[in-house]
Amino acid sequence: MTERDPRADAETVTIFEQSREGRRAFVAPEADVPEVPVEELLPASQRRERPAELPEVSEPELVRHYVTLSSKNFHLDEGFYPLGSCTMKHNPKLHERVAGLPGHARLHPLQDPEYAQGALELMWRLQGALGEIAGLPHVSLQPSAGSHGELAGLLLTRAYHEDRGERRTKVLTPDTAHGTNPATVTMAGYQVVKVGTAEDGGVDLDDLRAKTDDDVACLMLTNPNTLGLFDRNIEEIARVVHDAGATLYYDGANLNAVMGITRPGDMGFDIVHFNLHKTFTQPHGGGGPGAGPIAVSDRIEPFLPSPQVVRRGGDNGAEPFFDLDHDRPKSIGKLRGFQGNFGVFVRSYAYICSLGCDGLEEASKVAVLNANYLKARLAEEGIGEYLPIAFDRTCMHEFVLSGSAAKEKLDLRTLDIAKRMLDHGVHPPTVYFPLLVEEALMIEPTETETKERLDHFADVVRSILGEAAEDPQIARNAPYTTPVRRLDEAGAAKRPVVRWRPDEENPGDPERARKAPASGSGAM
Amino acid sequence: MLGAIGAASLDDLFADIPESVRLGRPIDLPEGRSEQEVNDHLTALAARNRHCDAEVSFLGAGMYDHYVPALVDNLLSRSEFLTPYTPYQPEISQGGLQVMFEFQTAISELTGLPVANASVYEGPSAVAAAGYLAKLETRRTKLVTSRGVHPHSRAALRTHAAGYGMTVDEVALTAEGATDPAALAEAVDDDTAAVFVQQPNFLGTVEELAELAETAGRSGAVVVCAADPLPLGILKPPGEQGVDICVGEGQTLGNRLDFGGPSFGFFAASERFLRKMPGRIAGETRDVDDKRGFVLTLQTREQHIRREKATHNICTSQALNALAGVVYLSWLGKRGLVELAELMLRRTHYARDALGLEAINPGPVVREFAVRVPDLDGLFDRARAEGINPGFRLGREYPEFDDGLLVAITERRTQADIDRLAALVRAREGVAA
Repeated sequence: MTERDPRADAETVTIFEQSREGRRAFVAPEADVPEVPVEELLPASQRRERPAELPEVSEPELVRHYVTLSSKNFHLDEGFYPLGSCTMKHNPKLHERVAGLPGHARLHPLQDPEYAQGALELMWRLQGALGEIAGLPHVSLQPSAGSHGELAGLLLTRAYHEDRGERRTKVLTPDTAHGTNPATVTMAGYQVVKVGTAEDGGVDLDDLRAKTDDDVACLMLTNPNTLGLFDRNIEEIARVVHDAGATLYYDGANLNAVMGITRPGDMGFDIVHFNLHKTFTQPHGGGGPGAGPIAVSDRIEPFLPSPQVVRRGGDNGAEPFFDLDHDRPKSIGKLRGFQGNFGVFVRSYAYICSLGCDGLEEASKVAVLNANYLKARLAEEGIGEYLPIAFDRTCMHEFVLSGSAAKEKLDLRTLDIAKRMLDHGVHPPTVYFPLLVEEALMIEPTETETKERLDHFADVVRSILGEAAEDPQIARNAPYTTPVRRLDEAGAAKRPVVRWRPDEENPGDPERARKAPASGSGAM
Repeated sequence: MLGAIGAASLDDLFADIPESVRLGRPIDLPEGRSEQEVNDHLTALAARNRHCDAEVSFLGAGMYDHYVPALVDNLLSRSEFLTPYTPYQPEISQGGLQVMFEFQTAISELTGLPVANASVYEGPSAVAAAGYLAKLETRRTKLVTSRGVHPHSRAALRTHAAGYGMTVDEVALTAEGATDPAALAEAVDDDTAAVFVQQPNFLGTVEELAELAETAGRSGAVVVCAADPLPLGILKPPGEQGVDICVGEGQTLGNRLDFGGPSFGFFAASERFLRKMPGRIAGETRDVDDKRGFVLTLQTREQHIRREKATHNICTSQALNALAGVVYLSWLGKRGLVELAELMLRRTHYARDALGLEAINPGPVVREFAVRVPDLDGLFDRARAEGINPGFRLGREYPEFDDGLLVAITERRTQADIDRLAALVRAREGVAA
């Protein structure tokens, strides 16, 4: 368990430090057109004086470098990844194959719709499926990620109110909200008003009523919330918000709990975003790409981004035509270039086709079953007394433990528990979130984990706590087996080195890496 | 498992959901299908798209048909890169973090600006993000953009600016398809937070960036340049010409067309913006054994730490696509990038001459140029019949150039391809070939 990874002994070198003059991987295609001197085509004022210092490396060394780097990543295909609110479910391999088909991967975004019927039909079908899952009929696939979908939702809210001649200034977010919610509110030009959490982990209704007035544009809510709890008062919440003329926004990060069981539209939400990289299996890629489509109610529809994918004709057995509708006079406009992250749509559409109506519902049910099972295992003696559940109710797809008792009884912080997990080959849960739970651990196992994986995780937690009862110092200094150990994050922020720079005298010297990292962008 | 939970049935776990909001029926979608059936269905859909291997395409206008080397596909398909989350646990994410650091270095080199982030969504929303940063920096209310900036970037800027409460004014292009410096000088005032230009601009014109930046920055506005990173192999870097922030679309660096995404956006800036920039930034540091390592840094800018005080709301961005970018740039290398950009430059000029049409932008161009075509519909008909896509019709976005055709050139468009397009232009009815 404490054996050091042999790779840990090798000093890390960037691709830039491996550069040697004259080496190359690229061979240029034939220069078929006349070799007119560059000086005749570009005036000196617009020419680069010296080439950009990109690495000069051979293909074998290039491949080795990135394969070596890849080996320093823990990843979902390697082991359990119960990162709360991130829905680290299996990424089916079929999706990579179909996304890579030339008809998808090599299709230009401005291809005439006549020659992109397959792509547009796929998008139209995905819109239909997402609308049905959300219980909100109108879908735009355009936003690039969840936070972009949130911003779209608030821009739609603004357009909706302004269309009615209203200028509202505030947006309500619960204190349990994902950080993106309040950040989005500010970017959309609204003021954040926080709503408290009740004893049972749901929205504090009295606080909500007190803060909801006709200056409130929207309430942004996650249901189940970030505590993994379904808000039993959702209908009353919707009533309060709608009575004040505000919109109700659903942060779809936790949609994986409720597919086929309940729908945001049926709960009274006006706008929903989906995280296709969470619920719908787009691989996370180490931090993207994702996609954050939105679904909306009838009253929000006129304001949806442009263009919209539409189906024309197709009645009475006629061949339908799929098109891009740019003629949307009330639209908020474009959130980004082209039609969105189509490659992500292909994967998510393949997932929906594979699971179908029955499979999606089963996925949510098993996600909730797995979470409750793991919650029960972590409540057992030897664990539960150190990491009590923050709100002791049946959870949905995730749950939150508090590390406060471990801190008190074992002098062990949640951070130490998380770091010790790294030595056990499992990814730690989300830590220190939500903010209202002290020393929080937020655990989301997902439906694609087996009982054996869940049991193993419980065993790991038990053994870390047991070990700490003997000697807490072991966890406090963990990890031991990883490619690097605890890193100086404070120092990194204080004196930021955010790019590599060659030594003036000896560019590309791998020995440079052994010297202090003093050649970065310079301290601010 | 239910026994361990203490529940009688799976349904008991959903007791908190009020009956009145339950769906109470199956989702109205087809039942699940086997992998083989889904594979065949998706393959059939893909077959109905005319992709860039199925025609000779001169279509660009923001995304381009470049060759992507096999090693990019190979490395991106590795589970180690494909399936981790954002590197919140740096000890087991050194691969991804070092890739970000290398990516930041490469973007800094290309743009000539000292700091770059680890990616944003894509080009046009990166332009909008620069507008928001300018608002935070200056507290002014007006944005000014050249019409040489991509129409989608200008549209995304307007959409986002409506949220953060700013107006967007546009500056016309000259008759030669370049940003008009006099009109720009007139549009910029003391309330201008940022000025946006693009290099090369949407028509492929190489802008006189230094002159524009000097004009734009006079009243203290932040000067933002959207740039295509490949031509920056031979063009003077924006950072050396008075530009404060350089953003752009990264598709041309080793990413697929993918009908518009996912690709990546990049965001580079002068040092003074480092603590206000959007998105993830990787930084170099040391571990407890004094071993070199990398972490996500300056996170007090970000939503998960600062919430409503964050400088942007971005969370998931485009890490895998940025990996493609840095692998591609390393594959091209210091010399290869120059060779590729010079080939594009020469072919662009060759093509503009070969078509023999009136050029909208007769000055220096790279990767793209615009011409007036007397029978645009006829050209499209003739070309389509021969499996050639002549390019982008400017009229949709630029009524001032309604007979304009924007022709994109990459290393994939050979002299023979260009000559075929030229022959189709000359084959106009009543015109001798």
